[in-house]
Amino acid sequence: MSNLQNTFLRGWIDITPMAIGAAPFGLIVGATASQAGLEPWEIIFMSAAVFAGAAQFIALDMWQSTMLSVFGALSIIGSTLLVNLRHILMGAACAPYLNQVPLLPRLLFIYVMADENWALAMKQAHSHGYTTAGYLMGMSIPFYVNWIFWSYMGSQIGNIIEDPRDYGLDFVFTAVFTGIVVGFWRADRQTLVVVASVVVSISVYHLVDGAWYIFAGGVAGVVAAWLRSRIQNRRENKT
Amino acid sequence: MDTVLPTFLDPASTVAAWIIIVGMAFVTALTRFAGYWLVGKKELNADIKNLLSAVPPAVLTAIVAPAIVTGTIAEWVAALVTIALAWRFSTLTAIAGGVLSVVVLRALLS
Repeated sequence: MSNLQNTFLRGWIDITPMAIGAAPFGLIVGATASQAGLEPWEIIFMSAAVFAGAAQFIALDMWQSTMLSVFGALSIIGSTLLVNLRHILMGAACAPYLNQVPLLPRLLFIYVMADENWALAMKQAHSHGYTTAGYLMGMSIPFYVNWIFWSYMGSQIGNIIEDPRDYGLDFVFTAVFTGIVVGFWRADRQTLVVVASVVVSISVYHLVDGAWYIFAGGVAGVVAAWLRSRIQNRRENKT
Repeated sequence: MDTVLPTFLDPASTVAAWIIIVGMAFVTALTRFAGYWLVGKKELNADIKNLLSAVPPAVLTAIVAPAIVTGTIAEWVAALVTIALAWRFSTLTAIAGGVLSVVVLRALLS
């Protein structure tokens, strides 16, 4: 097998648990969308063009209640922006590694960058010092098609899985991201970053309306890293 | 109602749905490309690299921490199992162990 095939396959294997975990959520999104009055091809269009599970959930939840006034439309788009603010941090973090990848796969990856394929790309970059076009596409293409497929299925067969919790499928994402954080922590001892993110994300989740908590926790972690390096610099300057 | 703002007030309106979907797609793509454009191909000094290396643990922690805390004892224990397994074994083992323990614990505790 060529190197490209190898890395593509590696990416596909690595993303598979999360593709399975995403399936029931795709079904729910599709079923909710069809209840909200969207045609199947509109659901396919939304999942393909937006490709952001959490944002689609929130949007479709608002869809039925807003009656699609101009204000309702703007609040749906505003909520989408809010949930996806974390992408700004994520894109910045992977930019140095993406520059080593050819233009087309680079742009494709950025367009479909989600928590899952980004986290795996950063994990690979962290342990190897680089990522490859094959790996990025091997993760992203199956994961993208998977999401569109299951959200379409949701509009056709409804939500056959009553509750993804019954199968522990909701916990797949928690387990994967927790596992990756532990990996990062083992290597870098970013204790202060993790603690700041835990405290701020949980506080904001409880205290602030709207999906601010992921972005707030992410920024808090970066600020913690900045404070840590300032304190270290000051110590080094004294000695 | 039909004569005033006809298409936009109808929830089943295709035009309204498409405008909203295009708007969602636009702001989402904007957030995805913004971070990349911001950093771009600049030569990064050590301080910036240090800040960027904090992003993966910071963002991923912010996704999972509220999800775990707002869960039940089953999620809390399963999260600890995941952390312990990830500490010692591969991520895949940690995922399998975490999901398995949440299923078992939910069944036992319900």
